[in-house]
Amino acid sequence: MTATDIERERDITAHPKGLVTRKFKDRAFIVWGIVATIIGLGTLVTLVADLFGDGGHRLTAAFFGSFPSSEAAEAGILSAWVGSILVITTTALFAIPIGMLAGVYLEEYAPKNPLTSAIEIAVNNLAGVPSILFGLMAVGIFVQFLGNPNRWFAFLPESFRNAAADMFGQSILTAGITLSLLILPVIIVATREAVRGVPQEMRQGALAVGATKWQTTQHHVLPYALPGVVTGVIIGISRALGETAPLIMIGGLTFVAFLPITRPGDATFETIGVLDEYGAAVDPMATERVTIPHDGVVVLPDFTEQQVTAGQTLDLPHGSTVQSVATTGDAIASWSPTHWLGSEFTVMPIQMFNWTSRPQAEFLEIAAAAGLVLLAITLLMNGTAIYLRYRLRKAIKW
Amino acid sequence: MEGLLFGAAIVAVAIVIGIIYVVVSESAKFFAQVSPIEFVTSTTWTPLFDNPQYGIAPLLTGTFMSTLVALAVAVPLGLLVAIYLSEFAGARTRETIKPTLELLAAVPTVVYGYFALLFVTPLLQSWLRPFGIELPSFNLLSAGLVMGLMIIPYIASLSEDAMRAVPRSMREGSYAMGATRLETAFRVVVPAAISGVVGAVILGMSRAIGETMIVVVAGGQLPQMVTHPAMQGATVTAFIAQVALGDLPFGTLEYNSIFAAGLALLVLTLLFNFVAFWLQRRYREAY
Repeated sequence: MTATDIERERDITAHPKGLVTRKFKDRAFIVWGIVATIIGLGTLVTLVADLFGDGGHRLTAAFFGSFPSSEAAEAGILSAWVGSILVITTTALFAIPIGMLAGVYLEEYAPKNPLTSAIEIAVNNLAGVPSILFGLMAVGIFVQFLGNPNRWFAFLPESFRNAAADMFGQSILTAGITLSLLILPVIIVATREAVRGVPQEMRQGALAVGATKWQTTQHHVLPYALPGVVTGVIIGISRALGETAPLIMIGGLTFVAFLPITRPGDATFETIGVLDEYGAAVDPMATERVTIPHDGVVVLPDFTEQQVTAGQTLDLPHGSTVQSVATTGDAIASWSPTHWLGSEFTVMPIQMFNWTSRPQAEFLEIAAAAGLVLLAITLLMNGTAIYLRYRLRKAIKW
Repeated sequence: MEGLLFGAAIVAVAIVIGIIYVVVSESAKFFAQVSPIEFVTSTTWTPLFDNPQYGIAPLLTGTFMSTLVALAVAVPLGLLVAIYLSEFAGARTRETIKPTLELLAAVPTVVYGYFALLFVTPLLQSWLRPFGIELPSFNLLSAGLVMGLMIIPYIASLSEDAMRAVPRSMREGSYAMGATRLETAFRVVVPAAISGVVGAVILGMSRAIGETMIVVVAGGQLPQMVTHPAMQGATVTAFIAQVALGDLPFGTLEYNSIFAAGLALLVLTLLFNFVAFWLQRRYREAY
């Protein structure tokens, strides 16, 4: 026997043993894969259980129907969920049409040229830009630039400038536009994929009987692409609903005790004079002549209160606050359908964040309760999207 | 009609220009007063103190540390899940697990922040105490861990897509040579799908770098040079949010410092996007 033969012999006898080990490793890997999957899914379950254990008992009707309060026991998410609905409605009004049209353009119309590539690069890169940078852009453009029309657009008519100042700044409109820009890539990409999935024969058929390109797109491509687009829209909207960082940048408030659908003037809080960082008047001797805009209370620097009525003119020392108290009747009487766009706001995630950052345990409970509501809505929306996508894949066979 | 469609599409370019313009022009005002050399080399970030110092390094170490922890969690778990789903699991299992796992990425980040601060941190504290490690109640370890769990679906889902795109014939060749599924997965499928896998990891990484709320809530907001994960620390994003939550007037040097921090963040993310793009081109294997 030569050395090679011995070697070969050994290899053959060793082989079955090697095979057993290799097959064992193969099986063992399945265990690892399942463990990793369970860690992922387990996180989701633990998260829900943790929130429910902490805050489940606070989910009462009163919680949905009360404003935030300095008393955790009485605080609720009324202004937060109303604010979220208004912001999201604004977001949808901008993001859905722009995203769909852009997606259709890129897929059906765009010529192959450098500009089209620029648009594609922009869409692809935007998806990876941190949301807080969208917030920084919004501060620069919507809050500071468009929100201060007197500083930048002095040449425009005053009524126009006032309207712009009302609408932009730290407002629902600004928040809605910012979030719509944030979710635009999601909707564009979903639209493109859905449109690409419609077979070429559909287009050719329509074009052959004399339809224009837009008629073909409108009547034959879009209806078939719609379920895919809707899936993308739901995912985008649910992302906008949970976004916190860009809205913090814009200046979403953490304590809102009025509904944006009423005029903010119905519950104002105006401070007289310039205050230092501790809330004391910089010049305690100075006074200012103020005409009271609304029935309410004046709180003087020594914390004494004084009832006031609209139209009164008073000399108030710096450091006083003029507060108006809104009744439901006032709110309804002064309601204006467009005013909410320019109103200040809070949303669910900001409300939850505010409560999370307080040290008292009672506030952490309502933070968990708010988190549960938020989680339920986003998971429900995503679940719907997943179901739609699944149905879509099963139902349509071209 | 075509004009309208084009107008909608060009919005995407306008946003990119808008972001770059605002961040760069406001940072320019900042760098007119603070030397860029101090910004890059100083190791103290105290813009809100009486004697302000503007070194971005502490914020960058915070960002890198939390991202590192996140990747240490998400890369192994994400790849395990991806290989399992693509090479071992049946079609039904895959179709159920993949979308369910994607729900992890849909959870609002402020909810994750709560989870990190009030569930993960106490848990880790009780685990680490026997080893003599006192974990502060704000720390980058739990923030990073939860961030890692959040990005598992990005890595798992995209890598799985890349692996499934590897042609069946390559696997069959490997099986025919007597290789097991595991050997085929690691020696044939993963190398063939490497550009997609790397792209997925980098996408997850850039999500972790840009994540704000988890680190704001659970990481503490103390800008210091971070050397290990069991420390408090501020990330670039956490600092920006912290300033926005206070009421510094717009246009002051302190306020403008967030745009300089934003610029650092923008450069970082664009750099990673670019690296991902380059790697994908460089190591792309087309079949």
